[in-house]
Amino acid sequence: MTGPGEESPVTSDFVRSYVITGGRSLPSSDELALHTLVTLAPDRTLPLGAGPEVKAIWELCSGGYLSVAEVAGHLGLPVGVARLLLTDLSEQGHLLRRAEPPRAQNVDRATLEKVLNGLQSLIG
Amino acid sequence: MDSNPSSAETAQKSIYVSSAVTNAAKILVVGHFAVGKTTFIGSLSEITPLRTEEKMTQASAHVDDLRGVTGKTTTTVALDFGRLTLSDDLVLYLFGTPGQQRFMQLWEDMARGALGALLLVDPARLEETFPVIDLIEGYGLEYAIAVNCFDSAPVYEEAEVREALDLLPDTPVVHCDARDQQSSAKALIALVRHLLERTS
Repeated sequence: MTGPGEESPVTSDFVRSYVITGGRSLPSSDELALHTLVTLAPDRTLPLGAGPEVKAIWELCSGGYLSVAEVAGHLGLPVGVARLLLTDLSEQGHLLRRAEPPRAQNVDRATLEKVLNGLQSLIG
Repeated sequence: MDSNPSSAETAQKSIYVSSAVTNAAKILVVGHFAVGKTTFIGSLSEITPLRTEEKMTQASAHVDDLRGVTGKTTTTVALDFGRLTLSDDLVLYLFGTPGQQRFMQLWEDMARGALGALLLVDPARLEETFPVIDLIEGYGLEYAIAVNCFDSAPVYEEAEVREALDLLPDTPVVHCDARDQQSSAKALIALVRHLLERTS
């Protein structure tokens, strides 16, 4: 048995993340951008053997749309880990995504104008 | 029940994006340590700003380091962000993170799909902004400067800031009080106007 002090280097966040992801490397942000909106698809059943993190994501995402970053933030997971688990759920057909945000910086005028109008309404 | 929702229900409801929202946009709020990024995001966000951490390494890269060095912890970077619903179908996310060169991986993630960046500047520590500008430009992001007005900070003229930071003539420079919602919104407006000009 090890005391709590001896154990701490081994159970750093890093090792924990590694365990959660099953040792897989984290997916790139090409898969899911930080601001991609996700929610649980209707009438899905939690995969057998889902770990506590997947269960937590399942529960959180069943309530409505959140960005990938928000899922990570609410559950206290590193972004990379949350992204990997969400990518898994997505590939298994459990997730719905809102239209992917554009990846490049060439953003369309319509979006910019909408953002501008929204901000202007804040200052009245 | 509808007329008198419990606070728990309200809180539960408010964390989610409205179901009508189909688009999400992202603007970066960047600047050196303690320049006011989190305050800025907090003044505009409709949700309590969230903080998450990004690991700075590939999963396998640091195993040996962790075993070899007693007490060494993995490098993590805090990422603060907030959300703002701007229309029936559009939400804006504001992401803030420090501008150190060693956080390149995080920057790549942040910059992808961003409309642009608002660079917060403390006029008393202008030199600390140089490496942040290098990063922004390195990722090809359009940006505007918001000089955060601290109570005790010396007042700098726009021309001084421009010269000190060696800005292009069309880069907007605005003053803002990151604690004030209207002031923060105006700074973002200056950025988005600039982005629109660059898009046309």
